[in-house]
Amino acid sequence: MRYSALKILTQGLTGNKGWTPAWRQPEPKSDYDVLIIGGGGHGLATAYYLARTYGLTNVAVLEKGYLGGGNVGRNTTIVRANYFLPGNSEFYSHSLKLWEGLEADLNYNVMHSQRGLINLFHSDGQRDAFARRGNAMINQGDDAELLDRDGVREYLPYLDFDNGRFPIYGGLYHPRGGTARHDAVAWGYARAADQRGVDLIQNCEVTGIDISGGKVTGVQTTRGAIRAKKVAIVTAGRSGQVAAMAGLRLPIESHILQAFVTEGLKPVINHVVSFGMGHFYISQSDKGGLVFGGDLDLYASYAQRGNLPMAEHVMEAAMTLMPIIGRAKVLRSWGGIMDMTPDGSPIIDKTGIEGLYIDCGWNYGGFKAVPASGDCLAHLIATDKPHEVAKGFRLDRFRTGRGIIDEEGTGAQHNLH
Amino acid sequence: MRIPCPLCGPRDLREFSYRGHAVGLDRPAPDAGETAWDEFVYLRENPAGPTQDLWYHEAGCGAWLVVERNTVTHEITGARLASEAAS
Repeated sequence: MRYSALKILTQGLTGNKGWTPAWRQPEPKSDYDVLIIGGGGHGLATAYYLARTYGLTNVAVLEKGYLGGGNVGRNTTIVRANYFLPGNSEFYSHSLKLWEGLEADLNYNVMHSQRGLINLFHSDGQRDAFARRGNAMINQGDDAELLDRDGVREYLPYLDFDNGRFPIYGGLYHPRGGTARHDAVAWGYARAADQRGVDLIQNCEVTGIDISGGKVTGVQTTRGAIRAKKVAIVTAGRSGQVAAMAGLRLPIESHILQAFVTEGLKPVINHVVSFGMGHFYISQSDKGGLVFGGDLDLYASYAQRGNLPMAEHVMEAAMTLMPIIGRAKVLRSWGGIMDMTPDGSPIIDKTGIEGLYIDCGWNYGGFKAVPASGDCLAHLIATDKPHEVAKGFRLDRFRTGRGIIDEEGTGAQHNLH
Repeated sequence: MRIPCPLCGPRDLREFSYRGHAVGLDRPAPDAGETAWDEFVYLRENPAGPTQDLWYHEAGCGAWLVVERNTVTHEITGARLASEAAS
């Protein structure tokens, strides 16, 4: 079924009785060309691009729970391409371009809203760094504008510009940045992949990866053994456990990142605002809730919930930046499991086992990367060559020390990002 | 989370800073080779369940601790001085 405004109108007038399920619920076959482990945003996008771009449709996505039940449904929905370093810059630029065509491509409303993103700065040194970053973004072909204090005031009059510790000097404005409806991204990719023949198999946990003579031959699951020529691990925070089934150890430590949402309010925050010095960022959802977060809890965890010290720190930063937020009531908070790499950049690569691929290490930036990650992993699986914009995301860069992509410049070791 | 410091007793998480998996105590010899150093610096078992990691009692006694902890439940089952764990 093709979705359209006319369809909504005619269905609305006829009792909404004609809608059909967005995807099938197939039984797993015994044999596939490609198996994707993980039915989150990245896994579903990979399956979609395999079918759409590379014509591989004998593909299954294996999900241990339900589609989109992991980080793609637990993030703060920000989409941006404001990276500085070669390696990252072209990748996220590619991703943003895919986002801009995504709704037409998928025939699904993912509510992509390019409302603009502003990164605030609070010192002369930081202004220089952001000017340099903005130039890198422009050189990449993306958009950036350096705002002075009055420029920021025009967009964000509600900030505390004269805070004693962090007076606002200006901001780097990225007009094409914004947000999207996170669940819809998973559902849109799932539906579009299913329509092209991909089997989406839920409640199917992978319990083993079969390897014979250095070559992958299939997987064991809670719904039986499935053979496959190629297998991709796309399991975000759980990458370590799945990779261990193939005897691999990864340069990844899983951490908790908390997020918070307030009760629904009338429109007040029209942009995505990032206050890096205070570890705080915020946007307002289309439903009206203020969606905000901060830094990692900074200890290894799979709990999907954080502790109070970081919640307190985020609230303090919020009050520092925008005292108006003090009257809003926090409705709920949650945590996602972040697959943190030593340099803060991801991995899309072969594993050294023939036919086994891995896409992981998205740190706290996985959501905006969904389209490009899917596209680049599909390219790698289909052609056995890295995609031009993802060739820096090598698994061996830590061991060799070549090609480290340390965007923050804090060093390439665990717990520094 | 409260961490039972062997010197100070149970103390709030805010007093401590985290330094990663306790693999940090098993530093290889300088000439141990690339594989050993890769294992030490980068590769992690990253367990979902019981683990041991290093915490520094920064706002307390200043001791380095090996904390036994569950990464799924956040339960803390023990802590000992890193100086004793390493010897």
